[in-house]
Amino acid sequence: MKIDMRIKIAGITFDNPVWTASGTFGYGQEFEGLVDLNKVGAIVAKTVTLNARDGNPAPRVVETPSGMLNSIGLENKGIDYFKKTGLSFMKKFRTKAIASIAGSTEEEFIKCAEIMSKDETPDAIEVNLSCPNVHHSAGKYKLFAQDPELIERLVGEIKKVSKVPVIVKLTPNVTDITETAKAAEEGGADAVSLVNTYLGMAVDAETMKPLLGNVVGGLSGPAIKPIALRAVREVYKSISIPIIGIGGIMSGLDVAEFMLCGARAVQVGTANFVDPSGIENIIKEFEEYLERKNIKNAEDIIGKLKV
Amino acid sequence: MEKRREKRTVRGIITSNKKIAENLFLMTIKEKWLVTKSKAGQFVNVKVAENSTDPLLRIPLGIHQIKKEGISLLYKVVGRGTKILSSKQAKGSIDVLGPLGTPFDISNTDKNTMVIVISGGHGLAPLFALSEELRRKKHHVEFFMGARTGEHLVRDKELKKIGVIVHKVTDDGSCGFKGCVTDAVEKVLAAQGKKYAKKQIFACGPLPMIKAVAAIAAREKIPAQVTRDEYMACGIGACRGCAVRTKEGIKLACTDGPVFDAAILEW
Repeated sequence: MKIDMRIKIAGITFDNPVWTASGTFGYGQEFEGLVDLNKVGAIVAKTVTLNARDGNPAPRVVETPSGMLNSIGLENKGIDYFKKTGLSFMKKFRTKAIASIAGSTEEEFIKCAEIMSKDETPDAIEVNLSCPNVHHSAGKYKLFAQDPELIERLVGEIKKVSKVPVIVKLTPNVTDITETAKAAEEGGADAVSLVNTYLGMAVDAETMKPLLGNVVGGLSGPAIKPIALRAVREVYKSISIPIIGIGGIMSGLDVAEFMLCGARAVQVGTANFVDPSGIENIIKEFEEYLERKNIKNAEDIIGKLKV
Repeated sequence: MEKRREKRTVRGIITSNKKIAENLFLMTIKEKWLVTKSKAGQFVNVKVAENSTDPLLRIPLGIHQIKKEGISLLYKVVGRGTKILSSKQAKGSIDVLGPLGTPFDISNTDKNTMVIVISGGHGLAPLFALSEELRRKKHHVEFFMGARTGEHLVRDKELKKIGVIVHKVTDDGSCGFKGCVTDAVEKVLAAQGKKYAKKQIFACGPLPMIKAVAAIAAREKIPAQVTRDEYMACGIGACRGCAVRTKEGIKLACTDGPVFDAAILEW
């Protein structure tokens, strides 16, 4: 049986629903020779900001049970460097190229979206409103993605200047993620991606010190999959724009689980660190799952959880 | 920018995995591709638990020896992952990603160079492969080996066998010079340093030792290549966890390093 793995989001057809998550795949260059980059559904680049950032003090990563904490702090060489090097590299492949942008002010986000829309453009942008390692100073919330009013307003502004579809990446560090997802939809987002990492920390009782230089960081990996699945399902019931599911995906069955809960595509993150060539296998396993289940089109399982 | 080097995940056969001192193990892995690509100073990222998510991440280990049939790894048991690694039996297989990182650069040493190699604890892991490479070229190698006690000093006999001059240094004085390994270096430099017009330092060990080595190198105007060991998730430059501050901006221990010119490091 020939399986149609293609999925559509915001008018773009992706070869398959398995993408790489921002911050876990560089701009793809690091994986050349390890992964056939043409086989990935999309590459979501590491987040860029208007100006270069050095990131947080070391240690920046630490392992936890079935997961890891990171506090990189959006280290990057700035948006211009990305457009010249990373984006032009990503555009060489048939795989869709998605840029990820962030800022410490609303103006910086809008400026980044404008720059992305000039000259060579990515196929879409993911707006990283939710990096837990960077504090957005203004307002009563630490993260933009915790403030529904701000999300709606900022997404609206970004939509005005962006020539490409806008995906809004949401944080799970909220009381009710459906509220922030609705705000993104109201603002005009083409899709939402969730979840970003959960805030957490690790402590060394012997030295009585935190294990991360930044004290707290974002938890990712298989440890968060159950809570991410629940978030995707709740959001799926609340909004009508596409959802890209993220959280501890390590296998083809994990992809199926997220799609059954309502994700139209997924992003593989921490798994890229464990098995840098593994994403191709995840895609293959998902295809085999569909074949075994007699499902001809990947799109046919979206939200088909039997409850 | 770091040079992009060829790396792969390969499956090797463990030919031995022996305890050689308290918490120190030596594992030999039969795998030919790694032999053809590995260089002294590079490391591999090994998977300790297969079909399991805990431990999740690979463990980065310096390449200790590059032999005809495979490589060897010298490692210290420090946590759950290395504990599991130490229990692996010969004849079993192991998933290895590598070789990773930028190796030592020995293009500036020659037969008239006093090559000063400095190790602290299991920091001697990559310096063994380096010493072998230097001795194959008949270079003069003085190896300062630091350890807590005489019982923690390992591989000194093997180094002597290939013609390396070994200076043993222990914290408690139970074997060789008593004190810091860098004190022993200073002593020998003061006594014999003038005999050599050209000197080169290579060092691997804990951060305080690396700092002290960098200070000696700067003061004596000796070029020094030192390693930086930082927590990392991927080993290939994607996670950006292993950031090292340098005068040339943020660099990564996994791809720009682990070997760095001591003169560019910021502490």
